[in-house]
Amino acid sequence: MKKNWKYNLCWLILMVAGFYLINTLMLAGVINTFIENMLVTIGINIILAVGLNLVIGFSGQFSLGHAGFMALGAYATGIMTQTMNTAGGFYLSILVGVVISIVVALLVGIPTLRLHGDYFAIATMGAAEIIRIVINNMKITNGAAGLFNIPQFATWDVVYIFVCLTTIVTVNFIHSRDGRAVISIRENEIAAEAMGVNTTKWKLSAFVLGAATAAIAGSLYASYLQTIVPSTFGIMESINILIFVVLGGLGSITGTFVATTLLGVLDAALQSLGVLRMVFYAVALIIIMIFKPGGLFGKWEFSFKRLLTKKQDGDMKEAGKESK
Amino acid sequence: MHLIEMGKTVMNFKKAFGVAAATMMSAAALTGCAIAKTSSTAGNKSSDNTIRIGVNLELSGSVASYGQQEKKGVVLAAQEINKKGVKIGGKTYKVKLFISDNKSSTSTAASVAAQMANSDKIVAQVGPAATAYATASIANLTKAGVPMVGPSATASEFTQTKSGQTQKYAFRACFIDPFQGKKAADFMYNTLKKKSVAILADNSTDYGTGLTKSFTKEFKKLGGKVVTTQYFQSGDKDFNSTLTTIKGKKPDALYLPGYYTEIGLILKQAREMGLNVPVVGADGMGSPKLAQIAGKKNATNVYYTTHFSIKSKEPEVVKFLKTYKAKYGEEPTTFSSLAYDSVYMIVDAAKKEGEVSSSAIQKGLASLKNFKGVTGKITMDSKHNPQKSVVVEQMTNGKINKAYTVK
Amino acid sequence: MQTFFQQLINGLSLGSIYALLALGYMIVYGISKLLNFAHGDVYMLGAYWGYYTINYLHFGFITALITAMIVCGLAGVIIEAVAYRPLRNAPRVAALITAIGVSFFLENGMSYLVTSDTRNFPQVIKQKTFDLGGVMISNIQLIILVTTLILTLGLMYIINYTKTGRAMRSVSTDYDAASLMGININHTVSITFALGSALAGAAGVLIGLYYNSIDPLMGMTPGIKAFVAAVLGGIGSIPGAAVGGFLIGLLETAVQAMGFSAFRDAAVYIVLIVILLVLPGGLFGKKQVEKV
Repeated sequence: MKKNWKYNLCWLILMVAGFYLINTLMLAGVINTFIENMLVTIGINIILAVGLNLVIGFSGQFSLGHAGFMALGAYATGIMTQTMNTAGGFYLSILVGVVISIVVALLVGIPTLRLHGDYFAIATMGAAEIIRIVINNMKITNGAAGLFNIPQFATWDVVYIFVCLTTIVTVNFIHSRDGRAVISIRENEIAAEAMGVNTTKWKLSAFVLGAATAAIAGSLYASYLQTIVPSTFGIMESINILIFVVLGGLGSITGTFVATTLLGVLDAALQSLGVLRMVFYAVALIIIMIFKPGGLFGKWEFSFKRLLTKKQDGDMKEAGKESK
Repeated sequence: MHLIEMGKTVMNFKKAFGVAAATMMSAAALTGCAIAKTSSTAGNKSSDNTIRIGVNLELSGSVASYGQQEKKGVVLAAQEINKKGVKIGGKTYKVKLFISDNKSSTSTAASVAAQMANSDKIVAQVGPAATAYATASIANLTKAGVPMVGPSATASEFTQTKSGQTQKYAFRACFIDPFQGKKAADFMYNTLKKKSVAILADNSTDYGTGLTKSFTKEFKKLGGKVVTTQYFQSGDKDFNSTLTTIKGKKPDALYLPGYYTEIGLILKQAREMGLNVPVVGADGMGSPKLAQIAGKKNATNVYYTTHFSIKSKEPEVVKFLKTYKAKYGEEPTTFSSLAYDSVYMIVDAAKKEGEVSSSAIQKGLASLKNFKGVTGKITMDSKHNPQKSVVVEQMTNGKINKAYTVK
Repeated sequence: MQTFFQQLINGLSLGSIYALLALGYMIVYGISKLLNFAHGDVYMLGAYWGYYTINYLHFGFITALITAMIVCGLAGVIIEAVAYRPLRNAPRVAALITAIGVSFFLENGMSYLVTSDTRNFPQVIKQKTFDLGGVMISNIQLIILVTTLILTLGLMYIINYTKTGRAMRSVSTDYDAASLMGININHTVSITFALGSALAGAAGVLIGLYYNSIDPLMGMTPGIKAFVAAVLGGIGSIPGAAVGGFLIGLLETAVQAMGFSAFRDAAVYIVLIVILLVLPGGLFGKKQVEKV
């Protein structure tokens, strides 16, 4: 890690600079409630999409049940902050949401991760729907009416910090030895198994980590919007998160960031178009996928390391050419 | 071996968290404590001669058909007002509508409210139709100091904060679920004289569950018996099996809290299987589509609690029915009538205060008294719930043939 | 006992609708390995075609049904050519996103054109209810059952006993090998989409007639249920898809009959997950051999 301190510092500066930029723009009045609302929504979607990208893009397991885990986090926060109306209670509720969703992810993942491709997709979709239906019929969750007046602790700065945190944890996981094991499963499960990778364990780790981040996003969502209803966490929500991931590129965290931001801005900008907005959105989806089937960024990642050592790379390429 | 591996994973996670925590701590140290917040404002004020009203409705998504109905009511009201304009504080104003789609989504409803309050400078908002989406937009409107009228946000918590205080900027044009459910139980027990009832309720919205709760409570208190309570989801089309179960319990009557889209189908399937007991429902049934979907013959022995009767001789109602039919070629629904009234309530509030601004409209709505709308004579109580009387309409062969006023 | 038979009929008529949708879903999935999210929306198009032709062109039931099948078949071919064909060699999840895009486009495009209001379907066939010793069955329920059976058998005939069917089976087994054998892949895939979408169109008209209520979002839930039915029966098996559809219809009916209507969909998903865990290829699915 020592040899990478330069690049880590770059990332740190970037994160702090981003924070300052938003802070300054807000003080200057450039960012009003509408834009803040848009930024927070994008931030929450980034957390969801990064987690799902880990599951689909890096471990290659096609999960369609991300919204179910989001619901667990959202309801943990919604219920707990009713009685514990403090910042401490809010953070505790995030933790509880994460723990619950880890437990549920283990319960769902251990049996179903044996399934392949679309069979796994439909099993996770079913699991998420079961979670939603149970929430819809419970007393403590206030049933279909949902929870109102959830105290707002997730202001934009909290969401910003959580976006950074979850991304750092996920990216570090991907870049670790364990992450390489996860990617090897995506590339070829049988070969990975032959090389001694415990495929079930690593598939499960990725799935559980994805579920945990989804629960965090759910908590932030509940606390920021102050209103949650079970119908929010249906199949359509899972599909929306999937769209961010695929559009950005499976296996590219950079792509996920760009696609989520792009679609978030587009969605807000077209808001006043009414029903036609969704028609345009649909056409845009089809066109982008036809011309960029691998997503906007494919598997490409932005990297300070490459940027800073570009010159050397260039030299080496030149040298390579000459030797041919 | 396994344990060691697990240990390693934990170590790796620890390392990752360590890095993350260090990063964040330094970030927090750098930023210090001056975290900006978007400023709250004291509302918008009209600077020209327009009353800027935001229309935040479900035009697409799961409850779009109700949002579309309400849009029709809003547009008609605005058109009527703009024919002559309205005199407020010595100046003639016209209504300007900003119509946006909230996609039947809580987050979009909040975003739309923020956009309209900040960019479009609206003085008041009409909508959203469903309680959940209406509630989601309260926070942003409160921040901007802009009042809203939810035409059909019926859940009683809608206008209240957590501590039970009244939400300053949230108003509604409809009655609340506990009130309507209670009146339906009352009508069922005392007027129809039915003592054992089966309930089939919409379980996907607060509307169906809220009404079920209050109806059951009141009906049991009166001495009646609920033989079974079954649920459906909005969008369901097949109710045969649930109805067969209900038929087996031999109830004297059915209570069906839900919207016309599904209740129409329930009526059709119930009558076709020979379940001919009286049916009582709520204002969500108030649409000409109900009889069309159920089939005229099946829409018999049907009663529902609502705001006004199309048989009414009140001049407002007669005029509304006529102009609505002329413009859209169909009868209005409960949703379009409530949305129509919402616009007039806002304009009336501004007129009374003599100023077109958010704060004036907020004050005017809070003190609304004996406002003569299509959906009844409205007086706003301290909880921002309109006090009005309930009418029960009776349907025979798809036609409204009788109306009862319930006190 | 009487109630039991009544519920059985309720379950069968609901199941036949799921079966009809699942059949179309399954043959499209079998050949293109594409989760065709737009299938339910093609069914919605069929219902609207029936609505407009019966109301304004005064078509009879049979004409409306057949023209709806043709029109939806055409729509299926166009959707395939525009949105799915360019992605045939792309990652499968990319094609899934375009399928979702097409679904959004059809739902919202129709909402824009005809408004999202629910409409009542013109009743071209007068409903008659037969009373068989206390068990009620309507003529429309019978029509749906019979149509589903005819279409299932017809489909099985086409796939098992015709040249086109053989081409479809070989394409679904191995694209490259089939194309080396001189099979026109594009042509075969188009025909499959036409067949699958035609079935959806037929379902649209039948359901419009049966329930008397159509709206632009009517395809969403049944589309997902049809997918579940196809997976339950086993992808690649025509009788499997039909059985899967009937099974889900019966299961939903049973759960509601027992008074757990609030947990109806949850029960369906639990059964699905359990069956997948025991039989990972579905009830009638082929065992897949993993190649290294």
